[in-house]
Amino acid sequence: MTSVLPDLAGHFGRYGGRFVPEALVRALDELETAYREAKTDPEFQAEFQDLLLNYAGTPSLLYPAKRLSAKAGAEILLKREDLNHTGAHKVRNVLGQALLAKRMGKPRVIAETGAGQHGVASATAAALLDLECVVYMGETDTERQALNVARMRMLGATVVPVTNGSRTLKDALNEALRDWVASVDTTHYLLGTAAGPHPFPEIVRDFVGGIGVEARQQCLDQIGRLPDVVAACVGGGSNAIGIFHAFVPDEGVALYGFEAGGDGVRTGRHAASITGGSVGVLHGARTYVLQDDDGQTVESHSISAGLDYPGVGPEHAWLHDTGRAEYEPVTDAEAMSAFQLLCRTEGIIPAIESAHAVAGAIRIIPALTAELGREPTILINLSGRGDKDVHTAGAYFGILDEVETLVPGEQE
Amino acid sequence: MSISEIFHKARAEDRSVLIGCMPAGFPTVDDSIASMIAMHEAGCDVVEVELPYSDPVMDGPVIQKASDIALAAGVRTRDTLRIIEAVANAGVPVVLMTYWNPVEKYGVNAFARDLAAAGATGMITPDLIPDEAEEWLAASDEQGIDRTFLVSPSSTDERIAMTVANCRGFVYATALMGVTGARTSVSRQAPDLVERIRQADRDLPVGVGLGVGNGKQAAEVAGFADGVIVGSALIRCVLDAPDRETGLSRLRALSAELSEGVRNPEK
Repeated sequence: MTSVLPDLAGHFGRYGGRFVPEALVRALDELETAYREAKTDPEFQAEFQDLLLNYAGTPSLLYPAKRLSAKAGAEILLKREDLNHTGAHKVRNVLGQALLAKRMGKPRVIAETGAGQHGVASATAAALLDLECVVYMGETDTERQALNVARMRMLGATVVPVTNGSRTLKDALNEALRDWVASVDTTHYLLGTAAGPHPFPEIVRDFVGGIGVEARQQCLDQIGRLPDVVAACVGGGSNAIGIFHAFVPDEGVALYGFEAGGDGVRTGRHAASITGGSVGVLHGARTYVLQDDDGQTVESHSISAGLDYPGVGPEHAWLHDTGRAEYEPVTDAEAMSAFQLLCRTEGIIPAIESAHAVAGAIRIIPALTAELGREPTILINLSGRGDKDVHTAGAYFGILDEVETLVPGEQE
Repeated sequence: MSISEIFHKARAEDRSVLIGCMPAGFPTVDDSIASMIAMHEAGCDVVEVELPYSDPVMDGPVIQKASDIALAAGVRTRDTLRIIEAVANAGVPVVLMTYWNPVEKYGVNAFARDLAAAGATGMITPDLIPDEAEEWLAASDEQGIDRTFLVSPSSTDERIAMTVANCRGFVYATALMGVTGARTSVSRQAPDLVERIRQADRDLPVGVGLGVGNGKQAAEVAGFADGVIVGSALIRCVLDAPDRETGLSRLRALSAELSEGVRNPEK
């Protein structure tokens, strides 16, 4: 049943759809048509798979984290998306969409970015496939993430600082949509997560869906069975839907999405749209949104820039309502504690986003153990690496002084 | 007077209807009421009240800025309804332009009821297409509120036909592919789009918006459309003015110039 979603109009139950200016409908229709054709075109699929294999470095490893497992009291398997080219699962989506842009004959792509990861990934794919690339980024974020701005420019992209609204990711998305309304003839909007108007949630899900397909097979090959739980962090939700999707029909596998709880959902300073928001319409789809009583979008807060977004992909809203997946908030403090644990036990510096998944997984272990009467097996999507977060984490743990003393040139 | 009556009257006078847009609560609730009444007195046949929204993806920098100012001053959905009521009570025909989420959050039926009670005759929905509008179609029918959806130069003939079939009062033709904001010249795509709309429906009045900012452009658009919709240029009168009185006098002057334009269509 789940495989037929979304319906033809892009709805996952009451979620999703197209809440966009009419000017964009034709472009969305064209995108949908091009995608349907590409999906069944062996040549397109071969090209996509070739790039994933020989350029992006997938399939990513499934790594049994033995020391972390021993510490946490569970069998923990890490899906190492952090080892992909550009350091996260996002490369899968941008390669797929950039190939689609080529196929549609559009020489220009635009993208929104918060921390800069999707911007860097988009600039990478654009360079590889010889596309013009413009990245919209909130001015506040361009200042916080100067290094990623430099990366994008090195790759040949134009970075446009967005100075309206709250000057963060949601405003970058608004500005990308405004660009697209004026440029649809020549431009593909390379949306960065499994959200936005139909058909984006479906397309992005399918392009990143290899994560779950690979991980499921790797589990069968390596441990001879499926895990009890699949865990992932959820901002817009692309890495989570990417690893969840292949497991949705496996009723014995519980799916857990961990949202950014910031200072705690009760404080109002968080980015947990499902657990701390309400149903509304934002950026082209009906889903869970952080909003006030008037339906004005409320600013999100998270130590993780990649989760700092006041909405979530519509398929997650649907998985939540149907009870197929559980969503829980993880605070900044919990995430940073898990971040440190993974660094020290496994020698892996994760993205702070992914540390939310590790923290949430560790938290549910006692209850799972009690329920199952044995140690649970948990598959965690380690969606990205933490190089980009070294400054944030260094400041959080108060170790930057030492770093600056050792390497004076590296301070910001 | 209903929107349809206003368009019929203008057709009889061989001129176009001038629709002037102003965000509710910009820069304050009282100032926006004064601006809207001044616009009407100086020649705007209809005032389009825009409900300020945090994420206005169809709007350019001027309306974004004005909306931000209104929201920062604390304007609420209830204030917008109160403003509509005050302006409508002063004899000004009012339509509301609103993004969809504030309506959904208020409750679609409750919003339609309160909007009608406040005296608005119609509502324009820039990010709600008829495909997603089932609840709104029913609520607006029940309250007798005119519905204006947008069509764009990129709309197929099939979508134009479907969209105008769901409109009542008038249809909003976006003159170009882009967001709101004054342009130096009128889009060459606009006359063609209006012609395509007329082929789908000869009777439904067509209002053209996006990029119209002075009397000459208003006259040009009036030459092929039933309504001329002006937003950013009017709002800028207030936004750029050093004080309230200057803002109102610039607003009156531009409204009068635009009104002169729609009364002398370029044929």
